Amino acid sequence: MTDLQFLTWVRGPGLGIAVGIFLLGVLWRLFEIYSLGRSKDLSAPRRTPGASGLHTVFRRSLPPPGMLKRSPVSYLGGYIFHIGLAIVVFGFAPHILLIRNLTGLSWPALPSQFVDLAAVVTMAAMAVMLADRVNKPAKRFLSTFEDWFTWAATFLPVLTGWMAVQHLLLPYTAMLALHILAVEILLIVLPFTKLFHAFTLFGSRWYNGKVNGHRGVPV
Amino acid sequence: MQGSLIDAFARQGVSRRSFLKYCATLASMMALPPVAGRAMAEAMAAARRPSVIWLPFQECTGCTESITRSHAPTIEGMIFDMISLDYQETLMAAAGHQAEDARLKAMRDNAGKYLLIVDGSIPLGRDGAYSCIGGRSNVEMLKEAAQGAAAVVAVGSCAAFGGIPRANPNPTGAVPVSDIVKDKPIVNIPGCPPIPVVMTGVLAHYLTFGSLPELDAKGRPKAFFGETIHDRCYRRPFYDQGKFAKTFDDEGARNGWCLFELGCKGPVTHNACATAKWNGGTSWPVESGHGCLGCSEPDFWDAGGFYKALSLPADPLGIAGAAAVAGAAVGVGIGFANRAKQGAAKSAHETTTLADLEK
Amino acid sequence: MSASLEKGIRALKEVIDAPIASYFNSCVHCGLCAEACLFYTETGDPKYTPIHKLEPLRRIYEQEYTLLGRLKKKVGLAKAVTDDELDQWQELVYDSCTLCGRCSAVCPVGNDIVYMVRKFREGMSASGHAPEGIKSAVSRTVAIGSPMGVKLPAVLAQMKHVEADYGIPIPLDVEGAEYMVVLSSMEIINFPEYLGAVARIMQQAGKTWTLCSTAFEATNAGIQIGNSDLAKVIVSRIVEGAEKLKVKTVISPECGHAYTALRWEGANLIGRPFGFEVQHIVEVLDEFQRQGWLRTEGFETDKLTFHDPCQLVRRGGVIRQPRTLMHSVAQNFVEMPDAGYMNWCCSGGGGASAIEEGEALRLEAFKKKKTQFDAVRPDRVVTACANCRIVLEESLEHYRMDIPVIGLTELIAEHIPERNKPEGV
Repeated sequence: MTDLQFLTWVRGPGLGIAVGIFLLGVLWRLFEIYSLGRSKDLSAPRRTPGASGLHTVFRRSLPPPGMLKRSPVSYLGGYIFHIGLAIVVFGFAPHILLIRNLTGLSWPALPSQFVDLAAVVTMAAMAVMLADRVNKPAKRFLSTFEDWFTWAATFLPVLTGWMAVQHLLLPYTAMLALHILAVEILLIVLPFTKLFHAFTLFGSRWYNGKVNGHRGVPV
Repeated sequence: MQGSLIDAFARQGVSRRSFLKYCATLASMMALPPVAGRAMAEAMAAARRPSVIWLPFQECTGCTESITRSHAPTIEGMIFDMISLDYQETLMAAAGHQAEDARLKAMRDNAGKYLLIVDGSIPLGRDGAYSCIGGRSNVEMLKEAAQGAAAVVAVGSCAAFGGIPRANPNPTGAVPVSDIVKDKPIVNIPGCPPIPVVMTGVLAHYLTFGSLPELDAKGRPKAFFGETIHDRCYRRPFYDQGKFAKTFDDEGARNGWCLFELGCKGPVTHNACATAKWNGGTSWPVESGHGCLGCSEPDFWDAGGFYKALSLPADPLGIAGAAAVAGAAVGVGIGFANRAKQGAAKSAHETTTLADLEK
Repeated sequence: MSASLEKGIRALKEVIDAPIASYFNSCVHCGLCAEACLFYTETGDPKYTPIHKLEPLRRIYEQEYTLLGRLKKKVGLAKAVTDDELDQWQELVYDSCTLCGRCSAVCPVGNDIVYMVRKFREGMSASGHAPEGIKSAVSRTVAIGSPMGVKLPAVLAQMKHVEADYGIPIPLDVEGAEYMVVLSSMEIINFPEYLGAVARIMQQAGKTWTLCSTAFEATNAGIQIGNSDLAKVIVSRIVEGAEKLKVKTVISPECGHAYTALRWEGANLIGRPFGFEVQHIVEVLDEFQRQGWLRTEGFETDKLTFHDPCQLVRRGGVIRQPRTLMHSVAQNFVEMPDAGYMNWCCSGGGGASAIEEGEALRLEAFKKKKTQFDAVRPDRVVTACANCRIVLEESLEHYRMDIPVIGLTELIAEHIPERNKPEGV
């Protein structure tokens, strides 16, 4: 198989399979999780403005008082790589074209040099997070194979995409094909690993905020 | 036909000065140092014109058309006086048995030394019956001709990679030259057709140095195929800024913006179009407002569509809808199972008393 | 003698709901919950990471309620939860967790870990893996009436003492009173000043109130052991008493889990909303003060700080009121670092103070509080939970820190002008 044939495959059947498994997985897992339901709270609520499920969905993105100083790497590294990923995924012109083709939505692209910088910063932040996971006792203790694997599954698309644009290691066609393949792997594993927090964190924060809001505590 | 080349030039009315200029241009286009230009001039001037046999197989004759456009007015005359083109169906005067006899004689007289140029793919289906010359299949002719050749030049994407006959579903079983000839040096000069000066440039290199130029992993001369169109394209700044033409006649197209969204395969195509251009440097597809087709890459006909941007899925994602429905079904199913299990656990609840706290 | 692993797992299958499923699927192993838990920060031992305390529950969830988990179990690839494992986890779920809820407040993906620990205790208790100390407390509460074994005669005796000391009658079983006051054992036995303080406050405010002879105990060890059936038995006494006496509001005393048990879990335990309101004494004091029914005079001049009881502040929502009350009677009130709803646990909540074998660990964890006190250097510490009070007193003594601990209600009452005419409604 030549590199152009490989590229055509990952753009074709490969993408179909990956997106298919992704959609199947997301819907299955969302139903599986939220179908369990939750009993109604019969105690009288304490109505407090600013404390509710919705508030917590947004507010929990900020570090609670005192926590930033305790774990700056977790917060700063986390923000940087998530925001960096968003910039790269949603700001790079070829990605926007893909999304437009799949959903009809589009928006102006960011200059590609800026996206390039964001990709490098993202990878640096992810490397720091990896080191932190090895160094911090609590993180290391909690970490399983899934943590390392999902780190790689998230890192490789950024790395291969950046390498393709920079013309590093392999010729562009092959590197681009590897990049698309890496993204497909990410899509396939996302619904079945901790990466699914991308979908469930809204529900989790909402439940948390609701319970605490019921008691009048703005978390 | 034979005789010193420089005499032939004089007869043609090509001045020595003109000839030297040509060699210098060719050398610089191949990124060779100036002395190579001189070496070329001396070699070509003194050369005993080597025998060249051009076999056309499953081809459209576009490569022949292209090479005759090699620029500077009398260049084709010079080239055909620099070599002894002993067989070329489009250009030779003879036809029929006489043409075949001329070929066989040249092969005998120059055994082991002639340059074999091939254009068109070679069909293997039905024992090669899909393409025959004088009653003999292409595959047979190629094997026979390759035996006595010093080197093989596969001109055009068909000879280099299989080209259009090989496109899905490849009904004739078309294969490239390199699938059949295994024991001779092969240079692939792909393109549909290749740029004229790319073809003559490689020939001149061979004539000058007696060897093939440096080749990449696909057997293509790095001098012409070492960079992608994207990396040499004059519209690249627009790509980087995200300025794309969305239709062929919108404002972006009129402003000469990047054609990525209109399916340009520049990023994955290696060729010299962006620098050498066509028609003596007049223009090239992107400059004329049409995206690169990727014609110098293998299987470019089956690379997901000429008008589909590289970042788009090559096939429609039909499976997506079905997958979503299947996922929802699985989810709802397991949802019911979960509720049932929860309910069963609740029904089986045994009220804990103090005694029940002890094992 | 019928606790079993099977019963425990069945109890857990009952309580696993969509929030718990969402939480387990959201955890990204970031370890921030550990950084919020004083048992981890003071020991550095990662096994005290809050989400790790729930590992067996996670596996039960996966094996019972996910398709892939069920398939894994069917083909024998799932690691089953064993009795030994739950035995090992007892320390993590009880000794090293005070249900303080700080972890739930910091988890970036929104996991409510304390919610899950509370539910996990249902399975731990039903499978016989609750600590001896809490089991005894529950046993005494259910069988005798209070975790410290206090019975009605003892209560009546205390009432007489208080009446004598303060010259104010203590009402008992008065039908139609506006407020019904419940007490915690700790107050009845160790801090009788509380009852006297309440009497003076009610007298000044001119409010009708009463104790209840069948429901004088607020402490609910059932919540601490984490068994809803037993917690229901205990809380039902208060509900029945309040409804029998037709009171408007039940006042929960200075006790953390009593408030949680009655105010938040109560209605859900008995399966219907209450016909009365529930307020913590601190809420009542604050309301009386705002309405002008509670007037104080004079100020404390020494340096005071306030320890936020977890169940009252972070888990109860009574955040502002202690501060307002403190400012009304203290000139030199200084907040400790992290004061308010992010304050650190005294280290003895959730039943931890009753676990003998967990004493050493608890004292390690207390170093966090020590750091806070070292930063403020108060002359005295004020708090609003009798358990916090006892734990703080004992722990400060252990670390040879001479800082007296007092209750907020008691402090307020000390500033009520003598022989004031009843004011208000």
